[in-house]
Amino acid sequence: MILAAAELSSLPPVGLQHYLVVSALLFSLGLLGVLVRRNILVMYMSLELMLNAANLALVSFSRFNNNLDGQVMVFFIITVAAAEVAVGLALIVALYRKRQTAHVEDLATLKL
Amino acid sequence: MKPELLPWLILFLPLASAAVITLFTRKAKGVSAALSVGAIGVAFLFSLVLFAQTGGKAFVSPLLNSEWIHLEDFGVDPTSVVINFGFTIDPLSQLMLLIVTGVGTAIHVFSWGYMHDDRAVSRYFASLSLFCFSMLGIVLANNLVMMFIFWELVGVSSYLLIGYWYEKPSAADACKKAFITNRLGDFGFILGILMVWGILGTFGFGQLQEKIAANPAALGAAATCAGLLIFCGAMGKSAQFPLHVWLADAMEGPTPVSALIHAATMVAAGVYMLCRVFFLFTPDALCVISWIGAFTSIIAALVAVQQNDIKRILAYSTLSQLGYMVMAVGASKPDAAMYHLTTHAFFKAMLFLGAGSVIHACHHEQDIWEMGGLKKKMPVTFWTFLIGTFALCGVPPFSGFYSKDGILSAANHASPFLFAVSVIVAALTAFYMARLFIIAFLGEARSEHAKHAHESPGIMKWPLVALAVPSTVAGFFGLNYFLGDFFGSEQHGHYQFLNEILGPIGHDPLAAFFGIFATLIGFAFAWLCYNGADRDVLVTRLGILSRAMANRFYFDEIYAFLIKITHEAVSRLSNFIDRWIISGLFVRGTHGSVELTGRALRLLQTGNIQTYALLFVAGVVLVLLIALK
Repeated sequence: MILAAAELSSLPPVGLQHYLVVSALLFSLGLLGVLVRRNILVMYMSLELMLNAANLALVSFSRFNNNLDGQVMVFFIITVAAAEVAVGLALIVALYRKRQTAHVEDLATLKL
Repeated sequence: MKPELLPWLILFLPLASAAVITLFTRKAKGVSAALSVGAIGVAFLFSLVLFAQTGGKAFVSPLLNSEWIHLEDFGVDPTSVVINFGFTIDPLSQLMLLIVTGVGTAIHVFSWGYMHDDRAVSRYFASLSLFCFSMLGIVLANNLVMMFIFWELVGVSSYLLIGYWYEKPSAADACKKAFITNRLGDFGFILGILMVWGILGTFGFGQLQEKIAANPAALGAAATCAGLLIFCGAMGKSAQFPLHVWLADAMEGPTPVSALIHAATMVAAGVYMLCRVFFLFTPDALCVISWIGAFTSIIAALVAVQQNDIKRILAYSTLSQLGYMVMAVGASKPDAAMYHLTTHAFFKAMLFLGAGSVIHACHHEQDIWEMGGLKKKMPVTFWTFLIGTFALCGVPPFSGFYSKDGILSAANHASPFLFAVSVIVAALTAFYMARLFIIAFLGEARSEHAKHAHESPGIMKWPLVALAVPSTVAGFFGLNYFLGDFFGSEQHGHYQFLNEILGPIGHDPLAAFFGIFATLIGFAFAWLCYNGADRDVLVTRLGILSRAMANRFYFDEIYAFLIKITHEAVSRLSNFIDRWIISGLFVRGTHGSVELTGRALRLLQTGNIQTYALLFVAGVVLVLLIALK
C-alpha cells in the first residue's frame, strides 16, 4: 500500500483534464453502446452512462473553478434522470409485455 | 307638338310596347299585336309631323341632347370622357326615320295577317317592337357609342326574330350564324370607334365632322385604317363580302321579319352608318369600300340566278343591291346610296311581303318550281309583285330606275371597271327577277298547293298596295336633290317634276342607256329560258357553273373548312399547352418533384432508432467541427 502510495505520490497531481478525459471516454462508451447495442435495455443503460459522463464533467468543472453551480446542476440531472428512469423503464416493460421483444430492429413500426 | 319632344316619343314608343307586351299581354294575342302596330304607327305619324315641322331640315335643340355617362380622370387625354344620349335630326336621319317607321308599319300590319295562327304571336310582336326601337336608335343616335349600343341591340333583336321558330334546328342555327357573323364585324367597328376617339377625343358626329372639316388630316396616318375598321361594322350589318353568309340563312325567320330586317332596315343600317360618318373615309378607304361593294353585288347576283327558294332569291337580290349601295358610297356618292336605299326599302319590303303572301297561299311552299300560274288566283299579289320586280330591275319610270341610275352614274364617274360590274349586275338582276316572276306567277300550276292557292286576306293585301305606291312614284320627288343638298354634292339644275322624269337620260345618258339596255337583255334572256319551261334549262347549259351558283359558290363550305382547320390548329395548340405545359410542367411537375423528394427522404425514415441516433450524432459532429474550427 505504501509502495502504492509512494508510487501514487510520485505521479503528477490529478488535474482537470484527467477528469475530462475520463468523462469523454465514458461519454463515448455510452454513445457507442447506444449506437451498436441492439437490446433496448442495454441502450438505456448506455444512455445513463452518457448522462453520468456529463455529470462527471460538470462536477470536475465545479471543483476546479471553486464554484458550486455545476454541482447544483448535477443534482438536478440526477433527479431528472431518476424520474426518467422510472418512466423509461416502465415504457420498456410495457413494450416488452406487448411485443415480447427488446430488440430495436423489431421496434421499427414508428415510421411512414 | 313641340319638335323637341317628338324624337323621344318616336324612339321610346316601340320600347314601351315591347315592355308592355312582354310583361302584361303575353296571353292576349290581339292586344299585343294592336300595341305593337299602334306603337310603330304612331311613331310613323310623329315622324311625319317632325318632317313637316322642320321642313326636313336639320334641327338642333338642347333638349335633344343629354349627358349620359361622364367619366372623370380616365387616365387619358382628354381626362374626362363624356358620352351623350342625344338625337341627330337632319335630312338623312329624317328620311331614314320615315323609311323605318313607314315600311315598319306596313310590315307590322302584314305580320298580323301572316302570323295569325302562330302560337307565340305576343313574343313575335314584342321582338318586332324591340327591333324597331333598336333600329330607330341607330337612326337617331348623335354619337358613335350610342350608335354602337343600338347597333348591338339590333343584332340581339334580329337574333330573336330570325330564331323565332327556335324549335326548327335550321332556324336556331341561322340566328346564331347571323349573330356571330355580325359580332365579327362589330369587333372591327368598336376598334374603329376607339381609334377615332383616341385621336380626335370625341364620339359625337357633329364634333367629329367639325374637327375633320377644320383639319382634314386630323386622323393622320391612321385615317384609312380607322375608316376601314368602322366599315367592318357595316360589312357585318349590311352583309358585305366576306361577312355576307348570314343573310341568306336568315330567311329561316318568318317572312315579314325578312321584309323588315333583311330588306328595309337592319341591312340598310350599315349603309346608313357609312353615310353618317362619310366624312371619315379617305380616298384609299373609299376605294376598298367600293370594290367590296362591287364584288358582293356581282357574287350575290350570280348566286341568285340559280336559287329555287323564293325567299333566298330575294335575299341574294338584297345582298346584291346592298353591294350596289356600298359601291356608291365607295364611289363618293353617299346621296346615290341613300337614294337607292330608300327606294329599295319600299320595293324590296314589298317583294318580301309578296313572297310571304305567296308562301302563305301555297301552304308554306317556298320552292318556285312548285308554284306557277298564280296570276289569276292572286291578282293583288301578282300586280304588286310585278311593280316590285320592275322597280328592282330599274324599268322606267318605277322608282328603282332613278335610284339605280344614280348608282350607275356614280360608278361611271369612279371607274370603268366598276361601271362594267354594275351594268352586268343590272342585267343579272333583271334576269333572276324575271326568272322568279315567270316561274312563280305565269304558266301553269305545278303542284296541288299552287292549284288551290287563293288571294291573301285584306290585312295582307293592303300593306302590299301601300308599299306599291312609293315603289312606283318615289323617283319623282327629287329625293336625290334632297340628299344631294345634305351631302353637298354638285347638282344638275333644280328639281322640277317634269325634268325629273327624264332626268337620268339628260345628265348621264351613258349610264341611263346601259341601265335600260342591261334590263332589257336580262328580261329577254329570262323569257327565252323560262317561258313555259317546267325545269331550269340553265342547270344543263351551265353545268358546273350552275352547280357552283346553286351552292352559293361554296362560301359556307369554304368557311366551314377554314374554321375547321383553324379551330383544329388552335385546339391542338391549346391542348398541347394544357396537357404538357399547364398540366404537365406546372401541375405534374410540382407534384412529381415533391413526391420524388419525399420518396428519397423516406428512405432515411427507417424507423430504427439507432439509425436516427447515428444521424443525430453525425449532425452534432458536423456542427462541432464547424463551430470549433
